[in-house]
Amino acid sequence: MKQFFLIAIAILSIFTIACKNETIKPIDETEGLTLLQEMSNDSSSIELYTTQTGNLTVGYNDIYLRIKNKSTGNYITDANLTWMPMMHMISMSHSGPKSNISKVSGKNTLYKGYIVFQMPENDVEKWTLTVNVMRNGDTAVLTDTIAVKSATDTRKKVVSFTGNDGKKYILALANPQVPFIGINDFSVALFKRESMLSFPAVTDATILFDPRMPSMDNHSSPNNVQPTFSAIDNLYHGQLSLSMSGYWKLNFIVKDATDTVIKGEAISDTTESSSLFLEVEF
Amino acid sequence: MQPKHLLLVGLTLILFIKNSFTQDTNLDSLSSVHLDELVISSRPLINHTKQSKPLSTIDEYLNKQLNLTLIRRGNYAWEPMLNNMTNERLQVTIDGMHIFGACTDKMDPITSYVDVSNISDIQVHSGQDGTTYGPTIGGSIDMVRKKHDFCFPGWSGSVNLGYESNGNLFTTAGRLKYAHSKFFADIDFTYRDAGNYKAGKRTLVPYSQYTKYNASATLGVKLNAKNELRGSFIFDDAEHVGYPALPMDVAFARAYIASLEHSVENVNPFIEEWVSRVYFNTIQHQMDDTKRPEVPIHMDMPGWSSTYGFYSKIKASRKKHTLSFNVNAYLNKAIAEMTMYPKDTTEKSMFMYTWPNVQALYVGLNVAEKYAINVHHSVNIAASVGIHRNHIGNQIGLQSLQILYPNLNANKNRSIISTQVGYTFTKNNWEFKPTIGYGERAPSISEGYGFYLFNSSDGYDYIGNPTLKNEKSLEVNTAISYKTTKVKWNLKFNYFHILDYMVGVPMPEYIAMTIGAKGIKVYQSLKSVNIINTECSVQYQPITSLKINMALSYNFGRDYLKQALPLIRPFTFRGGISYHIKGLEMEVDLESSTKQYAIGKVYGENPTKAYAIVNCAAGYVLPVQQHSIFFKLGVENIADTYYATFSDWNKIPQKGRNFYLNIAFIFNSKTKTN
Repeated sequence: MKQFFLIAIAILSIFTIACKNETIKPIDETEGLTLLQEMSNDSSSIELYTTQTGNLTVGYNDIYLRIKNKSTGNYITDANLTWMPMMHMISMSHSGPKSNISKVSGKNTLYKGYIVFQMPENDVEKWTLTVNVMRNGDTAVLTDTIAVKSATDTRKKVVSFTGNDGKKYILALANPQVPFIGINDFSVALFKRESMLSFPAVTDATILFDPRMPSMDNHSSPNNVQPTFSAIDNLYHGQLSLSMSGYWKLNFIVKDATDTVIKGEAISDTTESSSLFLEVEF
Repeated sequence: MQPKHLLLVGLTLILFIKNSFTQDTNLDSLSSVHLDELVISSRPLINHTKQSKPLSTIDEYLNKQLNLTLIRRGNYAWEPMLNNMTNERLQVTIDGMHIFGACTDKMDPITSYVDVSNISDIQVHSGQDGTTYGPTIGGSIDMVRKKHDFCFPGWSGSVNLGYESNGNLFTTAGRLKYAHSKFFADIDFTYRDAGNYKAGKRTLVPYSQYTKYNASATLGVKLNAKNELRGSFIFDDAEHVGYPALPMDVAFARAYIASLEHSVENVNPFIEEWVSRVYFNTIQHQMDDTKRPEVPIHMDMPGWSSTYGFYSKIKASRKKHTLSFNVNAYLNKAIAEMTMYPKDTTEKSMFMYTWPNVQALYVGLNVAEKYAINVHHSVNIAASVGIHRNHIGNQIGLQSLQILYPNLNANKNRSIISTQVGYTFTKNNWEFKPTIGYGERAPSISEGYGFYLFNSSDGYDYIGNPTLKNEKSLEVNTAISYKTTKVKWNLKFNYFHILDYMVGVPMPEYIAMTIGAKGIKVYQSLKSVNIINTECSVQYQPITSLKINMALSYNFGRDYLKQALPLIRPFTFRGGISYHIKGLEMEVDLESSTKQYAIGKVYGENPTKAYAIVNCAAGYVLPVQQHSIFFKLGVENIADTYYATFSDWNKIPQKGRNFYLNIAFIFNSKTKTN
């Protein structure tokens, strides 16, 4: 009987070891991401990924990148990247708000940034993306057309407005991208439009928001946390409480560094909605 | 544990007959309501001579009891209150089985899932007297299933028909029983169908209709001289129930209640009785606002509640000691959701969990001892200890409550204790019984975990608070009674000092969810409240055929700031005269109340006016061989008074004048010998 157990344990451990050997695979750093497209020149290629269903859409988009050295077939892990999205309209061209590109912490090959698209492509007007890969003093430039669709969700995820200071701004909802009932991490992007090509992040604004359900007599949820600016990703981070699913209107007030209102109104019995708002529906 | 007890595990379906030791009305401060006097039961059968309306609903029946009051939200499913406390502070059970409503808006008190044909007795225990089956503050209401015996073999049964002019109510009830010395089987059903009733002055109350189907079965087997096995099953289905006091109605409320019981008598010279039971019940409740002409937003609000439980209790006595032990456990799971459909159909529907699959597990032990010092003096001591555990089984529900309580854990454990000490003095025709007690309770599901539950009476959305402390009660009771063959009188007094009283407190910084609501209330522990209930009843029977009853009740409820509590009954008087001659019985009774003198304004209560109504009834019994036919004719609210009581939700008016007629045919295959 004792021998039987010893044999059994021996067999079991062999299987366990065998299984372990099998499970050691190269780690897929793009797990959970969807490949959008591959941009390429003679020496390098760039894979573009998104967390969403496979399309870049109007509004805020997280974009992940991997750069491959075509001659070696290896991914480049030590490059510095910059990028430039451009919308080529019939009458003119313009860029849009974007982040810096940085390495995803804990990942070897993956880089990340975000772009806020203000409009979708159409048959004749397209977006292009130019990525500059700087490494060992050399710069490789890759440019390709990227597809930017209208969001399937027609709710307002990005808004351009002219502030009381006469300046032009863009406010976009970064998070939650998949809202749920409960406390959601909440972040918005606020950029200024200085020119068709220059969209710097506004770093010193005060953003106040008030989530409401117009269909529920402007019900609001408790314990929302107003967003504050983070220089790490140039976004304003707070918390959004969603007490139920459905359509939520996020009413905003944006103030400048001197606490002067740039845009938006507080909700009251007579003011049902701010002139500056974004929408969430789930 | 005996093998036969082990057999119980896993089985369902039954009936229970509770023998007596809690029924000794003289010794316990218990009031017992004998339904078998009005509905066909094995012994007295229908007794038209004692009940003015044999086919009354269980709600009407409870309403006749002086120590109970009922919150009416319509013509159906009234919510019983005892000592001016509602079901969170009470234990409402069916044969000791725990069962919890599936409606977040209290549209389905447990009493709504039985009918008078299912039960023989309603036992009401005040305060800590009611802890046999679990912790309570205000007391317990136990609906005891029909009693059966194996003694009278043969078939018996009945057919009952009832009609009421007000609301065009038809009632049909039937019962069939077969008994044998070794086993019995008994089935009954009731069907009720009512239209909208008219309040006094012929005022129609829309959305007050209901239809109810109820059926029950009991089976019993005598295993041997000592052991019996009984199965019991109740199905109850109410449909298209209108709630005129609420913004919504009910499409259906459906319950399946099953149990299996084993009892053994005279186990040994010490243990007189050992009763064990396993049970299961499940309820589905579906609200409905589609019949209302205008709603701010259409919504679906289904709820589910299932309870699994068991108890095992022993009654033992030795010399001057009488002991009882009860081990009791249950697990309840309650889920309620709300889906709202925006008027703008391009918007997605709005969904939330109003009860996030809250599981409540309770395991407790109750021990009671009575020691008879001598013929005149006895003392009784009782204590119970239990563990109560709540678990939020739904992740979305947990996340939604974490909006308010960011550190909320899915589990919450509590220990609950209670104790009571009493003394009884009996001499000649007098009895004097003072008791003191201490009890605790855990929050109900709504108090602990409810999410935006709208209360249409005070206009607030209520949010539960899982961090509530246990509510604690200190109580003092006194009962004095005097009884002779001609005169009986009874004086009862009880005082509750309740600490950490759970009550909704407005939170002005939160914004209401329900359209039109005034704001949000979150359950908080109020420092303390005081509730006093007094009752005096007199019965005078100068000659056998004439009986005069009178009863008065005074109640008081204030919080620690001396502000009046809501739903405290004003001064109430009831009186009646009945006279019987041969098969004919006649009675007149009066029901009245002063205006509400203490109004819980801070708790959103509005006052009610004084009222008095008069009812009368006459009945006749016609024996036909060993069978009988009963007729009963009555008028309620003769003067067609328009009135509402303090516990009528949003002051919906009570029924106006109502004529009713009951006819019953009772048959027996054999003449009973006793």
